[in-house]
Amino acid sequence: MNAFRRYHFLFLLLWLVTGSGWVFAAPDGVSFSRDIQPLLAQKCLECHGPDKQKGGLRLDVREEATKALESGEHAISPHQPDASELLRRVLSDDPDLKMPPKGDRLTSADAGTLRAWIQEGAPYSQHWAYAPLSRAPIPVVKDSAWGHNPIDRFVLARLEQEGIVPSPEADRPILIKRLYYDLIGLPPTPDQVAAFVADTAPDAYEKVIDELLRSRHFGERWGRHWLDMARYADSDGYEKDRPRPDAWHYRDWVIEAVNADMPFDQFTREQLAGDLLPGAAPGQRLATAFHRQTLTNTEGGTDQEQFRNEAVFDRVETTGAVWLGLTVGCARCHSHKYDAITQREYYQLFDFYNNGDETTYRLPPAPEALAAYEKAKTVHEEKAAALKRKMEAATLEAEAAQSAWENLQRQAEPQSTAAWHDLRLVSATASVSGVTLTPEKDGSLLAGGENPEGPVDYVLEFEAEVPKPLTGLRIEAITDPRLPGGGPGRMEGGNFVLSELSATLAGKPVAVASATADFSQKGWDVGTAFDGDLKTGWGISPQRGKSHHADFRFTNPVPAISPTRISVTLRQHYGQQHTLGRLRVQGITGDPSVLPPPAEMLVILALPPEARNPGQQKQLREYFQKKVHPPTVALADQLDQLAKAAPKPPGEEVRVLVQRTAEPRLTRILDRGDFLTPKEEVHPGGLSTLAPVKFRQDGRADRLDLANWLMDERNPLTPRVLVNQIWAHLFGEGMVRTINDFGVRGDPPTHPELLDWLAAEYRRQGWSRKALLRLILQSATYRQSSRHRPELDETDPTNRFLARQNRLRVQAEIVRDIGLSLSGLLSDKVGGPSVFPPMPAEVAALSYAGNFKWDNSTGADRYRRGLYTFFKRTSPHPNLMTFDCPDSNTTTISRQTSNTPLQALTLLNNETFAEASQALAVRALGWEVGDDASRITLLLRHCVAREPATAETSLFLDLLRRSKAYYDGHAEEASALTARHRAPNRPVSESAAWTAVARIALNLDEVITRD
Amino acid sequence: MKLPADFLRQDLHATRRSFLNTAASGLGGLALGSLLSQEGLLAAPAAGTDPLLPRQPHFPAKAKNCIFIFMAGAPSHLDLFDPKPKLNELHGQSLPESMTKNVRFAFIKKETAKLLGTKRVFKKYGQCGMDFSDLLPHLATRADDLLMVRSLHSDQFNHHPGQLLMQCGRGSFGLPTMGSWLTYGLGSESRNLPGYVVLNSGRGSSGGTTLWQSGFLPSTYAGVLFREQGDPVLNLANPAGLPPELQRAGLDTLRQVNQARYDLMRDPEIASRIASYELAYRMQMAAPELIDLSGESKATLEAYGVNRADPPNGGRGKQGETAQSFSRNCLLARRMVERGVRFVNIIYASWDHHSNLDKELTYNATVVDQPIAALIKDLKERGLHDETMVVWGSEFGRTPLGENRGGNENATGRDHHPFSFTMLMSGGGLKGGQVYGQTDEIGWGIEDKPVHINDLHATMLRCFGLDHLRLTHRFQGRDFRLTDVGGKVVEDWLA
Repeated sequence: MNAFRRYHFLFLLLWLVTGSGWVFAAPDGVSFSRDIQPLLAQKCLECHGPDKQKGGLRLDVREEATKALESGEHAISPHQPDASELLRRVLSDDPDLKMPPKGDRLTSADAGTLRAWIQEGAPYSQHWAYAPLSRAPIPVVKDSAWGHNPIDRFVLARLEQEGIVPSPEADRPILIKRLYYDLIGLPPTPDQVAAFVADTAPDAYEKVIDELLRSRHFGERWGRHWLDMARYADSDGYEKDRPRPDAWHYRDWVIEAVNADMPFDQFTREQLAGDLLPGAAPGQRLATAFHRQTLTNTEGGTDQEQFRNEAVFDRVETTGAVWLGLTVGCARCHSHKYDAITQREYYQLFDFYNNGDETTYRLPPAPEALAAYEKAKTVHEEKAAALKRKMEAATLEAEAAQSAWENLQRQAEPQSTAAWHDLRLVSATASVSGVTLTPEKDGSLLAGGENPEGPVDYVLEFEAEVPKPLTGLRIEAITDPRLPGGGPGRMEGGNFVLSELSATLAGKPVAVASATADFSQKGWDVGTAFDGDLKTGWGISPQRGKSHHADFRFTNPVPAISPTRISVTLRQHYGQQHTLGRLRVQGITGDPSVLPPPAEMLVILALPPEARNPGQQKQLREYFQKKVHPPTVALADQLDQLAKAAPKPPGEEVRVLVQRTAEPRLTRILDRGDFLTPKEEVHPGGLSTLAPVKFRQDGRADRLDLANWLMDERNPLTPRVLVNQIWAHLFGEGMVRTINDFGVRGDPPTHPELLDWLAAEYRRQGWSRKALLRLILQSATYRQSSRHRPELDETDPTNRFLARQNRLRVQAEIVRDIGLSLSGLLSDKVGGPSVFPPMPAEVAALSYAGNFKWDNSTGADRYRRGLYTFFKRTSPHPNLMTFDCPDSNTTTISRQTSNTPLQALTLLNNETFAEASQALAVRALGWEVGDDASRITLLLRHCVAREPATAETSLFLDLLRRSKAYYDGHAEEASALTARHRAPNRPVSESAAWTAVARIALNLDEVITRD
Repeated sequence: MKLPADFLRQDLHATRRSFLNTAASGLGGLALGSLLSQEGLLAAPAAGTDPLLPRQPHFPAKAKNCIFIFMAGAPSHLDLFDPKPKLNELHGQSLPESMTKNVRFAFIKKETAKLLGTKRVFKKYGQCGMDFSDLLPHLATRADDLLMVRSLHSDQFNHHPGQLLMQCGRGSFGLPTMGSWLTYGLGSESRNLPGYVVLNSGRGSSGGTTLWQSGFLPSTYAGVLFREQGDPVLNLANPAGLPPELQRAGLDTLRQVNQARYDLMRDPEIASRIASYELAYRMQMAAPELIDLSGESKATLEAYGVNRADPPNGGRGKQGETAQSFSRNCLLARRMVERGVRFVNIIYASWDHHSNLDKELTYNATVVDQPIAALIKDLKERGLHDETMVVWGSEFGRTPLGENRGGNENATGRDHHPFSFTMLMSGGGLKGGQVYGQTDEIGWGIEDKPVHINDLHATMLRCFGLDHLRLTHRFQGRDFRLTDVGGKVVEDWLA
């Protein structure tokens, strides 16, 4: 309390403006937490702090620092700088005495500060952020008519001190637009604006708030704020950056929790330790995915223990930033230079997460998904049953047909049945010297020697006695352990590309008519291996490491000649070692599409039917029905296909954390944060600046204890930090401007008592986010106009006193949402898997080795809200990044806002926004209004909520006139501009002119600004 | 109607020279007209709103622009710049266990790894006698312009963290890249092109877009990717069917309505938004002119090899017509620098030669050798060399040990090597014609004058007149800098 009073007292004192901002000026000039504590932390505490007390001296505790030392000296003798050994040592030049013994000395300014502080009695005070919440009374103000709730009294009291009057309430259209933008991130319709303007009920404003807090879009808007902090993304990060197709389940959990107004303490417990809650429900286990948003490095040659540690570091540091408003990361390597966080304390926090293991959890299906599955299953079973019935009938017929087929088989082998014949190799040469082709025992050839990058042709000469006309050639690509990846190709991994096959028989070229293969690579079909084009050919990726074959069929069978000289040229021009590694060429007779029965069937067929045992009968029957008899073959195929298409039971695996119970890890301090140099062991614990952790069980500590500690009622820091985050979303700045730094280097709050009052209120209202929002939104402070006040440019250029609202550019996702919403294109679907709005393919190709394909979503998914855009960490959507969307590699407490030409280009020309202008034009042309001027007026009202000025309308009318004049004479351009959306029953030129106008309306600063 | 005085005055003041230069070359007629016609209205002084306005450095300096040629994937210093006869002599032998005991490798299996000599032939070039292997005949002719640093070392031995360290000064996410820091410190001379441009040849790198992120700095300082297909800058072209005259008319309408709003609300961000649209408009004209090489002489195009055939044996370094793309990017870099772009990052992956080293390194070296040599020569001939720093480098080097992944005995490549590697630099106030630092006799560790990447950055910043300790940004209570917690200026490099 004392500390706070002191602080508060200081606060009433003057503020100074400097070039860089506000500097806090205290009457005595020295503040322990601001000036002395960082100095001690930087220069002294490593040896004279909580971890070590050299010479028996500890400087971070006043009683210790001022007591008589072993030497009899006093390090600090209050009010007596000259009797203080500390000061003597830091000023000494004697190498045996000087402090610190190594490294930079104190500057003379620092030494002066130290002296002044000792002179004042060396008071140790608590940094304001750690002090208990004040219970300052709600201030009394002169203008008691202004304001709606206590927030306004705190703000007004401050303004009155400065002699500033607050700004008037914003106009009603701006006010409702502000609420819509802030609470759901979507614009109100002109009708909603008009209704609010006309609503004279005293609670008209509150009704809008309540309606928006009930909207399911509220969870999207405020959930996204949380997802920034959760560093949520749809991929792993790092080089490989693999997709995480399950990530969206956590995103949806956040949206639902926010919509349900889950109390923030529960929200905390479930995300940090949902798995440890008694009888953890599926949602609670899913919630732990908060800390599974850490990056995963699957780059080749990584040490997974290194990156496991990295993830734990991130969990500690994210927790510190989100709940404590502190940069604890510095203490990973050394005790914090400014804030009272020791390296030991860092690893105490680390320990809570060190035994949180990464695992997956199968989500029970949602009732709808289960119902959908049951339904699909029934349909599927019905289809299967119908097919089986057909099959039964066909089987009966097949049994009748079987004896006829058997008779046929018993006759001489039919001409049409295919047979493959080995050929006798005469020579084998490769077009590139150094490449060898060595015959193997089985008649195949193994390529070896040089493995060139460029084209290689194999020329193979055979001599063969072919008993019947030769109908084609088979090329077998055979695996071999001596080949890269086991072959069959010589490329790393075993692929090859056969660009072109050609053959001569007895010196005459033979034409190939068709080819079939057991497998062809996508885009590398065997049918292109005889098309005369060396850029195409037959490949087998990803089925590398397996043998394959291709049958090339001649246009005209070559009559049997004996012996036949066959020359086969295999051209392989893809390059990069895509050549065959082991291969065999066979001659084909008969029709390769008509397969002879396999050997074991021939044996059975050779037996008289009555001599076959039941097993053989069954074998033959099945063979005939599945492979030979067309009706049953077709049905069997259909049954196969159907089985493959059987609906899968719902329920997905999600990444979560779970407590490690077997062989729990011991946590050690890591020297300079290096996991390879562990030092002494530490046990879980919190920061000494806050109340100690209460452990549920002696000797065991887990993440639930950590969550409880953060939300402990004895902790004043966390509610301050949380309230400040929410405040910042509504005012653009926190009361503590350094939203992510509540430490001694951060800014003190602009309204300390209000911050504390709200913090206490947040807790009192059961950590209800919606209640807190309602309170702030109802305040007159929030409702003020955002118009800048030139008369305050000197005294309060950055609006610390809150004499007005701030204007805020909306976030990246909301820029998109507003454009699509105004145009009527926006899909209002909430949740579900992430989507792929249009993006140029080459942007995605920039990811590692082009390993990622962005398939533009179609249908309604093309128009989903921005927060559903698939977030690929190494190649995120440019529309998001251009508008300062965080890269989600680390936690983001507050976003940057930039204002760049790329943003202008995006809004003017990007596919999504260009399409929105077309759709908006169609929409505007559908309004039943009188003339162009009225339509323009409505268009502007539609886009910016307020009534446009006459001058604005006439500027747009002028643009419309010019656009019409142009498109009346340029039909081609008009249809190009309206390619996706065009008003029915109107000339195309009119749609085009309105598109050109709508495009500019959508680019207005007000559209993407919360006024 | 009154102008949003906050921006245009600054805009014009700062950029009159380059702006008029652009206009003189036949560009920007409309934008120029629209700006100049309003100049007379610019009266009231106000704070600048363009964060990219040129700023004075901490102290006078020669370097104004940087072309950073980033060879992602880690080229082998042992086969390009750092001849080690002893390594060839010991080819096929194991290293003593004491040397590898505490060393981690990405892929090498220590127990059976053998030293791998080089097949390359080295010669000394220039008056300074700088070594280059036979793979870099063109660069070798620039020996007397080049500073060859053989004693770089890194802390990271995986690609993405290593690339982040090289670009951001630390192998972590969320930090600004070099180009961000330079534009943050110095702004940009160009008023119609981005201050920080990225060009990519071949396939994507491990780091993807994180290699030109602005981290905790605003996206104003993020690199802008110039593309080879479609618009040179994403979203540069008007929607199909929207002619330039309507673009101008639309932007005029937009400007006037936004300005009316500014007059009422007095929010400088509105003025800033108006300015950003004008810059966008100028970029719409300047960027296509920039990438249009039709004005370049045949001799220049040939020198850079813009139309040359792709070398054979591409491997992992090839994607499409890589050589032409790289040549073009080098030429574009010169054109950008001429037009005031502060930082150009040319990225070319991949040099990750775990196998097939000889063929693939030959390919990659052939892709980059001629155009970079041409670039340096061209910069000199145009008097731009002193103010333009050219840097050639990567995230780390490659091992003297052959890579025996999975125990494979037939090593044809090298593994990741953070303990020593080589970079090349020229111009921008650096002292060329010198070799700095020395590795041991097999090119493993550093024997003399080690240079950490933080030192490299500190020295680069110094050449631009920036004190790496003072170029900071407070984020989460910490004053961050490009050099993280390290960085020592290498005085010997300064001309």
